[in-house]
Amino acid sequence: MSDAVTSSTEDVDVSRRKFLTAATAATGAIGVAFVATPFIASWKPSERARAMGAPTEIDLSKMEPGQMVVASWRKQPIYVVRRTPEMVAALAAVDSKLKDPKSAESAQPEYARNDARALKPEFLVVYATCTHLGCLPKEHFKPGDALLGTDWPGGFFCPCHGSKFDMAGRVFAGSPASINLGIPPHAFETETLLVIGVDPAATVQGAA
Amino acid sequence: MAATPDSVPAAKKGGFRVWLNKRLPVDEFVESQLTGYYAPKNFNIWYFFGALSLMVFVLQIVSGIFLTMHYKPSEAEAFNSVEYIMREVEWGWLIRYMHSTGASFFFIVIYLHMFRAMMYGSYRGPRELLWIFGMVIYLALMAEAFMGYVLPWGNMSYWGAQVIVNLFGTIPVIGPGLVEWIRGDYGIADSTLNRFFALHVIAVPFAIALLIALHLVALRQTGSNNPDGIEIKAKIGADGKPIDGIPFHPYYTVKDLVGVGVFLLFFCGVIFFVPTFGGLFLEKPNFEPANALSTPAHIAPVWYFTAYYAMLRAVPDQQMGALLMLCSLVVFFFLPWLDRSPVKSIRYKGILSKIFLTLFVISFIGLSYLGLMPAEPIYVVFTRIFTVLYFAFFLLMPWYTSVEKCKPAPERVTYHA
Repeated sequence: MSDAVTSSTEDVDVSRRKFLTAATAATGAIGVAFVATPFIASWKPSERARAMGAPTEIDLSKMEPGQMVVASWRKQPIYVVRRTPEMVAALAAVDSKLKDPKSAESAQPEYARNDARALKPEFLVVYATCTHLGCLPKEHFKPGDALLGTDWPGGFFCPCHGSKFDMAGRVFAGSPASINLGIPPHAFETETLLVIGVDPAATVQGAA
Repeated sequence: MAATPDSVPAAKKGGFRVWLNKRLPVDEFVESQLTGYYAPKNFNIWYFFGALSLMVFVLQIVSGIFLTMHYKPSEAEAFNSVEYIMREVEWGWLIRYMHSTGASFFFIVIYLHMFRAMMYGSYRGPRELLWIFGMVIYLALMAEAFMGYVLPWGNMSYWGAQVIVNLFGTIPVIGPGLVEWIRGDYGIADSTLNRFFALHVIAVPFAIALLIALHLVALRQTGSNNPDGIEIKAKIGADGKPIDGIPFHPYYTVKDLVGVGVFLLFFCGVIFFVPTFGGLFLEKPNFEPANALSTPAHIAPVWYFTAYYAMLRAVPDQQMGALLMLCSLVVFFFLPWLDRSPVKSIRYKGILSKIFLTLFVISFIGLSYLGLMPAEPIYVVFTRIFTVLYFAFFLLMPWYTSVEKCKPAPERVTYHA
């Protein structure tokens, strides 16, 4: 009896058994990965969230020069600033104090990678979320603002961690944020109707 | 009769207890975990905080279960449902304040518990795994507390979530996609609140409960350290038990009950008289509903995170700041291997260990204070100094613990009856 047991264990093809164990384990692991996929994917923005993220339109005809309005697209606040010609002209003067004056490291559509960081220099359209940790930088457009000192050229200041941005949303050196405020895709459907969430090619070409 | 001769008298003799123990090892469990588990007899006041952490955990679970019976985890209803609990549910205010105060007290007792381990070298071998389980519990607790703070959907909940979730966005390549996946939307939204609720009430507490079990099993395996940092198992008496040990039950269970009494005095004092603790336990902006278009004038997490938050802000580069913050937590895990001292307890360590531990405590408290303050230049300077001291405690430890002159550890625990 015991001899029979011993001989049967001796007959075991260990390499075959090892191979089968490994193959079963691998198949099981693949199965686990397949089953995990729907659970992990369920955390992605749902169909409804994606539909709510459709482009949004803003009428600019009532905006005064120097005025800012807060728009919202995909739950993100977006600042639209109608810059005065002086504001646009003053942008080049602060280049030396910026971390990324040419926006080489920063996120923006190609058509906004220019000196004014805008499709039309008059209208700045930026994500209102600080590139540091997502607070809302406040508007401090007046040069020499009381809070930020006499050499403040005008721009945005984040009250959370003290990041400073110029009138084109470019970050000043010494700020915890390392890149400029992001620019969402945007286009002008007419001279005064701004659409946030689409690129210019997708709308009437003449306006841009 | 068909019954075997020995089974009938046994059932008669022992009754229910014998019947039960044949089916469930109750007596064996009590013996191995409580009455037969020997703990050093020289425990001092610092040894209350482990048992107190467990008690606060139970308190949080119970008060939390009752809060979920009235709370609504949706963007539209969350804030109002918390106000409803506070104003209209009978005793709702008490249950809610128990839970919110419990969160802060959880961290108070955990910090004191961790400091105890750092003082007496409880992280040293053979207790490395015990320390690591403890650290994992601490991290899980941080996640639990953060997600819990989002649930009332006040403005600080919202913006705190914004800042913390965006930390994941600093991870190269996968960052932006990861943030969207965590939120389930393009901003902090209903989906974020709903999943944080699920994680806060079931996933993380369940994980913490398992980790606590592992922490206790590992403790039973190695036995407790003590203020002298020597192994009581090295001196075994004639009865096979450590000479310097006493059974955990009844000696320490009774002692811990006194600790629980004192703890509850403070705990109830806060609940009844200063439940917001001047904006430290419940921040003022959180009494306003979440508003995506208005940042609170200054965003600060609750006090128990501010030390790490201060370090995050101290670096003028977001990726580096996040990395530094991560390092400040990860470095704790290496403590068992950074300490090269021939003795475990601070009682017998040299002057350098005492100085560095003191500086560490000062910098941790200093950073916690600075993290509550706005990011003004003078505060940033101090934050950087404290950050350097914080890391010096860990990174210079292999040096200062090996060069300093230590006192010899005693053969037996020091004990004054």
